[in-house]
Amino acid sequence: MNAESDILSGLPNESKSTARKPSSLTRPLYWSVRRELWENRSIYIAPLVVSGLVMFGYAISAIGLPHRRRALLLLDPAQQRAIVEQPYDAAALMLMLTAFLVAIFYCLDALHGERRDRSILFWKSLPVSDLTSVLAKLSVPMLILPLITFVFIEVTQVIILLISTLTLLPFGLGATTWERLPFFQLSVILLYGIITSVLWAAPVYSWLLLVSGWARRATFLWAVLPWLAICIVEKVAFNTAHFAHLLGRRIFGSYEDAFVVVKQPHGTHFPVIDQLTQLAPLKFLTSPGLWIGLVVATAFVAAAVRLRRYRGPL
Amino acid sequence: MACIEARGLRKTFGTTVALNGIDLSVQEGRILGLIGPNGAGKTTALDAILGLIPYEGELKVLGRDPWTQRDELMRQVSFIADVAVLPRWARVSQLLEYVAGVHPRFDRAKAEGFLARTTIKGASKVRELSKGMVAQLHLALVMAIDAQLLVLDEPTLGLDILYRKQFYDSLLNDYFDHSRTIIVTTHQVEEVQNVLTDLMFINCGRIVLSCTMEAFESRYAEVMVHPENLAVAQALKPMQERQVFGCSILLFDNVDRQQLAALGDVRTPSIADLFVAVMNKQGTALGGASK
Repeated sequence: MNAESDILSGLPNESKSTARKPSSLTRPLYWSVRRELWENRSIYIAPLVVSGLVMFGYAISAIGLPHRRRALLLLDPAQQRAIVEQPYDAAALMLMLTAFLVAIFYCLDALHGERRDRSILFWKSLPVSDLTSVLAKLSVPMLILPLITFVFIEVTQVIILLISTLTLLPFGLGATTWERLPFFQLSVILLYGIITSVLWAAPVYSWLLLVSGWARRATFLWAVLPWLAICIVEKVAFNTAHFAHLLGRRIFGSYEDAFVVVKQPHGTHFPVIDQLTQLAPLKFLTSPGLWIGLVVATAFVAAAVRLRRYRGPL
Repeated sequence: MACIEARGLRKTFGTTVALNGIDLSVQEGRILGLIGPNGAGKTTALDAILGLIPYEGELKVLGRDPWTQRDELMRQVSFIADVAVLPRWARVSQLLEYVAGVHPRFDRAKAEGFLARTTIKGASKVRELSKGMVAQLHLALVMAIDAQLLVLDEPTLGLDILYRKQFYDSLLNDYFDHSRTIIVTTHQVEEVQNVLTDLMFINCGRIVLSCTMEAFESRYAEVMVHPENLAVAQALKPMQERQVFGCSILLFDNVDRQQLAALGDVRTPSIADLFVAVMNKQGTALGGASK
């Protein structure tokens, strides 16, 4: 409950200033978002559990840390930095993946669950428009989850940093992490990365919402199979995979447009992004992929609103 | 002022006609009972009135078009569309908070007052409540909304007689006043007989009877006919004749009461008996119900 109220106090919904204006438009939206958090507690419990596990894992690995750190100090500075950053990147990746999974399953159930349990008849008996309801549901993957993810990643990283410092302190190595870890830079990159990836994936989330409002059952299959079918037909007919590539880029590839990515000499698959100079907001904002995605997302959301208007309980 | 005005209201689902051109006028301050067999079109009519489905024909609820102006309408109208539609994951306190948050005409203290008379606790989740308690909770929420029109579609389905009685008692004593309008559909017709001010029978998407309860009482009469008068009574063309414990009970429409009194004991029929009589006549004329 505490975690929930903390999260809510961070909502930019002007809840307090409009609390006394009954006809306000934001008030139903604010309460609809709260309603979503009451119903879907996985939105903050899943990141909480994952963040706990990451800290637990790191605490175990910290046993051999002083020994490893001494060995690390013999490497060249770039490698030192890369290795020191590793657990922080891993924590961020785990939490972002968790949020992505939570968002997928949230969206697939958001407009389906209320029809399945017939509670839509109760929600529709109140003066909350279909647009408000759908926007409140969309705000969970687009606003609430990214915000929660960012806060959880920051807290987890700070605690990892403290564990590492306390472990290394008795060996006189306490400052070695701080010297090699550009914590503030990483936070800025993380925040930028989260914002851009969410905007980039907007059509994915709105597609899932649309399917959850349309399908009578098996929302996951309806959401995935049509795209898979196109990929299969393309592969069989032309032996190419352009569409699969397009989908993959839409889901995971926002960094290619949002950052300047340099090919790594070490031969790793993951592109390394740890410099503020890699941020490319102008490139991102002028990328046609972003705007096409947002237009498609708007169309999907409009369709979802319209469907909710027409559809009753299952 | 007319609360609901419909002219030629029609709704089809594919090839089935759910509403076949209904004309309807419900005045403010009435309690209308909409009675009909399963699949008669009651729920479809209510869904159209509540703006839940598009329709053909003319329909105005509180002066608004329910399909195109639904969002404004929902501030003045509240409804219980079915039993057990409250979200099962929600706590009672959360529901109170949510409705207070989104509904400008909701009086939370009033709802809490209603709930204080029940055994429902604020910390309970809806899934932990019995079916009767969920109905009480829903009614408490709805009665605390200062709405001009309240629509109840089978609000007491599956509840036991104690809850059903309590439900209509609270509705009459704590909620209804002559500026509000209530529409209720139910299969438990006997229980609403003394609650209603207006009566409407609907079958196969058409209104087959519509009258006020005063008109109902003066127009219809049920006579327990003495055996020697049976032939005379049957000559007056009763709507229906049935046998109870060897006596013939005849139902008359618009026959002079004094004339009937000579034939046997006269009383006002129950809505249920009239319903059966009207539906039987309809059934032979139209043949079967359709959804």
